[in-house]
Amino acid sequence: MSRPPTAALSARDLVKTYPAGQSRRGAEPVCALDGLSIEAEPGSVLALLGPNGAGKSTTVKILTTLSRPDSGSAVVGGVDVLRSPGAARRVIGLVSQKSSADPMGTGLENLVLAARIQGLSRTDARARADQLLDRFGLTSAAGRLTKTYSGGMARKLDVAIGLVHRPQVLFLDEPTTGLDPEARSQLWAEIAHLAADEQMTVLLTTHYLDEADQLADRLVIVDGGRVVVEGTPEQLKNELRGDAVNVELDPAAPADVAVRVLAGVGGLQEVAADGTRLRARADSGARAVPAVLAALDAAGVAVASVTVARPSLDDVYLRHAGRAYAATTSAGTEVAA
Amino acid sequence: MSATLAARPAVSPARPAAPVVQLASHTALLTGRSVRTLMRQPAYLAISLVQPVIWLLLFGQLFKSVVQIPGFSSGAGDYLEFLTPGVVVMTALFSSGWAGTVYIEDMSIGVMDRLLASPVRRGAMMLASLTYQAITTVIQTLIVFAIAYAAGARFAGGAVGIVVTVVCAVLISTIIASFSNAIALLVRQQEALIGISQFIVLPLQFLSAAIMDTHLAPAWVRHVARYNPVDWAVTASRQALSADTSWGAVWPRLGWLVLLAAVLGWLATRAFRSYQRSA
Repeated sequence: MSRPPTAALSARDLVKTYPAGQSRRGAEPVCALDGLSIEAEPGSVLALLGPNGAGKSTTVKILTTLSRPDSGSAVVGGVDVLRSPGAARRVIGLVSQKSSADPMGTGLENLVLAARIQGLSRTDARARADQLLDRFGLTSAAGRLTKTYSGGMARKLDVAIGLVHRPQVLFLDEPTTGLDPEARSQLWAEIAHLAADEQMTVLLTTHYLDEADQLADRLVIVDGGRVVVEGTPEQLKNELRGDAVNVELDPAAPADVAVRVLAGVGGLQEVAADGTRLRARADSGARAVPAVLAALDAAGVAVASVTVARPSLDDVYLRHAGRAYAATTSAGTEVAA
Repeated sequence: MSATLAARPAVSPARPAAPVVQLASHTALLTGRSVRTLMRQPAYLAISLVQPVIWLLLFGQLFKSVVQIPGFSSGAGDYLEFLTPGVVVMTALFSSGWAGTVYIEDMSIGVMDRLLASPVRRGAMMLASLTYQAITTVIQTLIVFAIAYAAGARFAGGAVGIVVTVVCAVLISTIIASFSNAIALLVRQQEALIGISQFIVLPLQFLSAAIMDTHLAPAWVRHVARYNPVDWAVTASRQALSADTSWGAVWPRLGWLVLLAAVLGWLATRAFRSYQRSA
């Protein structure tokens, strides 16, 4: 009995508009999702990446039955989310942006309650709770009220609660936002194990590029409620032609002159300036550097440093969701060529 | 059955139990959580138990002599005996007005979303809140009776009268807690909920026979009180506690209270849909 493997998670043409004035009086209707479609293979980690307001959380809410789209369809673990929300709730686990543990309960009580709600017997629930506490290194804190937990501990407990019933599809909505770097990398290691060990499909939303690069098998960049680009992290990086060439000018050097000069150098594209920092793209970074230095020198522009880098997800993101990203980093970016 | 059900995986993590069993077990689990939370807040627990006692003694002293007004229907009885069922219902009314604040706290952290994305039935989430309110109401009612007894009040209606009073208090608690929970799901904001709740609770209290015989009030108050569930609960309780209970005045009022509690409980559960629609 072999059937083509159904997608563990798929959303088709999701549209969701929030009515005007729901949040602010006199506001325009907000189009949160504008025909978004995504798909994840069983056992894979799919990352939704995008700026705030891109539609990541709305997508998670629809897929976890917390919200209904105006139109479109959604399937998780083979269950139609819109037609059978009750059945869908049995195959998903949700770790929402906000902490989802009861602050007046202990870590153990929270896990046991979550497990019992999912239909585990008292003994099974206790066994599963102990197992998860052990796995996330929370055993010594099991008897403490969760309001006394540190941010990292609370987040680990949230993930443990989401896993208590061994869901087929786990939703992690910005799991490491607000954590210190150490707690973040610990949680990453746990999530990476999970996807491998428990054969679970994970949908991760994040605005951290390194998080997506580290954890995701596939990556979807969303902006304005639509998918702007998708692929594996490698594919997306390869899609960017060539290397990034970064030139740091001497603080006294005229950036506008430098931009004009670089735009004239053969083999350089997408020249942009951000203060005294210039960035450009070249088919071969190594070959471009001498030409860049010669051209700037001839124009009398003093250079502090030149670096060449293979494309990173930052570059992918900057290129595809550049509007939002650039707006937050540098208001006065000049773009040439 | 639709084609999508056929695509469901053969192994699901936990077999769902029969709906009624699941409803009962989810209600018990969530009620347990609320009770546990209450036990861990001793100061709050103490205040919620002491408050009705203070009302009983305060109002009892303040209005001690109103029974001497000609036409006051308490007959030969003491004002304390008249007041006791009033304070019982008033306590249920005031505590249940706050019921929705628990939902709003759960919304402000991720607990509400997690529950709504889990197989918990919405009916169980509502029933758990109402059960928790009912448990605290029963305890508060028994404490009020104990204090009233210690202060010298005697109730001719006996155990039956006390049971009817407890039932009335629980029904008022269910009605008001349902209302409070529905408002919580609709407005999703603590300040708005408390404002609306106070706006409803105080008039319900004063436009009833809780602390004053409405026969001595202006005619319009008597008319309004006829449609006020708080007045139904107080009147039915007071009748059941009196020497010559007129059951014809008790049963219809109990019936209306049950009906209203059922309707409001159902409507409040429906409010989850509105909460989700606008999510």
